[in-house]
Amino acid sequence: MILSVASGKGGTGKTLIATSLALALSEKDKVQLLDCDVEEPNVDIFIRSNVTQSYPVFIPIPKVDEAKCNYCGKCAEVCAYNAIAVVNKKVLIFPDLCHGCGACSYLCPESAITEEGQEIGIVEKGNSGNIELIQGRLTIGQLMAPPIIREVKKHVSFKTEVIIDVSPGTSCPVVEAIKGSDFCLLVTEPTPFGLNDLSLAVEVVRELGIPCGVVINRAGIGDGKVEEYCGKQNIPVLLTIPLDTRIASFYSRGVPLVNGIPEWRGRFVKLFEEIKQKATLPGSPLSLRGLSRAKRGNSAKQSS
Amino acid sequence: MKEVVVLSGKGGTGKTSIVASFAALAQSKVLADCDVDAADLYLLLQPQTKQEHEFWSGQTAYIDNEKCNECGLCQEVCRFGAIENYLVDPISCEGCGFCFQICPVDAITMRENMSGHWFVSETRYGPLVHARLGIAQENSGKLVALVRQNAKHIAEEGNLGYIIVDGPPGIGCAVISSLSGADLALLITEPTLSGMHDLDRVLELCRYFGIPALVCINKYDINEKNSRQIESYCANQKVEVVSLIPFDNVVTEALVNGLPVVEFSDGRVKQEIYNLWRKVSERLTP
Repeated sequence: MILSVASGKGGTGKTLIATSLALALSEKDKVQLLDCDVEEPNVDIFIRSNVTQSYPVFIPIPKVDEAKCNYCGKCAEVCAYNAIAVVNKKVLIFPDLCHGCGACSYLCPESAITEEGQEIGIVEKGNSGNIELIQGRLTIGQLMAPPIIREVKKHVSFKTEVIIDVSPGTSCPVVEAIKGSDFCLLVTEPTPFGLNDLSLAVEVVRELGIPCGVVINRAGIGDGKVEEYCGKQNIPVLLTIPLDTRIASFYSRGVPLVNGIPEWRGRFVKLFEEIKQKATLPGSPLSLRGLSRAKRGNSAKQSS
Repeated sequence: MKEVVVLSGKGGTGKTSIVASFAALAQSKVLADCDVDAADLYLLLQPQTKQEHEFWSGQTAYIDNEKCNECGLCQEVCRFGAIENYLVDPISCEGCGFCFQICPVDAITMRENMSGHWFVSETRYGPLVHARLGIAQENSGKLVALVRQNAKHIAEEGNLGYIIVDGPPGIGCAVISSLSGADLALLITEPTLSGMHDLDRVLELCRYFGIPALVCINKYDINEKNSRQIESYCANQKVEVVSLIPFDNVVTEALVNGLPVVEFSDGRVKQEIYNLWRKVSERLTP
């Protein structure tokens, strides 16, 4: 099963939940943990893996051979991102705008465009006990997180359980990270901000046809409106974590919850089992595995 | 007119609560919520919408099955894996138009995306420009740029002193779009290892774009040892720590009551945020 942990609002406890789940499961089995919050990857603060492999991620940027170019302007015309412009017998390239689609080089009538890789970040693989950690890290100043997330997700194992830590928000990096998951766990807190961002995240996972459940963190602060919302929307609240200064203190020091307070281990194992049960219900993405993605997508849309 | 953008790297450190309090404290300002994919500032400022605009951005490919001869060239060239069985997955499509350009039977069209909305609103603290990115839409960086542009326009028209920007978490596209060209970045961190790690990256981003930064440690007393470490880190980096805000449940209570915390309670948090705004505004107007 591929389980992603997302939230909408930042700082609600995604990494706390993802690391706790992975550690609790790793007592018995191998687990894969992917840190897809490539702008601010924090999983390894808690997992402390031995990095065994590290490699750069590139996106292909056009390079123009001025000797071949006749400044026809085809490349600028086909570029949807305005990343290439032809002015006064000069071709200007704006690498920050380029998505690396390859249209310009393929369509250049003079074959004057080749591509060269621009490094936008790295992917690291490492181990900690039974956990295999794969994390991406966007280079400071680079704009595009999704290509790094795609690279991290290329490592998804179909032999072990996979847990994905997602970045906050609801835009492209979040969609890229949770796409293809069998279940998405949405972590929130019982405040108006938590509720507002949870409802946005729910819309995203529904758009993607992924079943979801909620974890309420810091229960006891705020109000009861998150539970009310989940009830109305028929979204299961799968775990509630109380506001507890011990939990906050362990978190602040980078100590995983299940190591700091071992009685949480069993609760996370149970949480995972419950999710797995829900994810294998008829019509869910996991039960449709083996079908092509397009068919799975159609089925998800029909069932929603 | 001076623009301060409030960032943090890590989410949930208190950006929006602090910006809402600045809204109540600052004179002559426009507010901009640049966290367009999880916009929360409006919950505390209770705006009345004056203008609503659609945000059209980017395109999605569409294959006409009547015309398609199933040659498969589009699938072959698409680098985003967005076409399978002659069907476009609109979520994966990045709108590059490569498939549209090369389709030998012109079966592919590109359709404009309605990617969200942006608003100009009035609040009892002054004008607010905010936005809502469409569900699973792209181009949040462009929407952020649009929000900032319009906030700037309002500030210029009204001869307002400050643009106060509530920024998104992270360091990527939307953050860069919120930060570039601002006069000052206020970085809100918390004394956790995650908060510290993320502060380091967002501070480096400010350097990369040449934006001066100030640091505020929120909930500093949840781990005072870590707070001292942040202070010495900032001293090494020659970045001023302008405020240490204690943890206090009044921040959440204010939020539940839909009020900026400085209007909700008279305690230490209010005093600290008051001092913080004084220091930020002093830095902006030397």
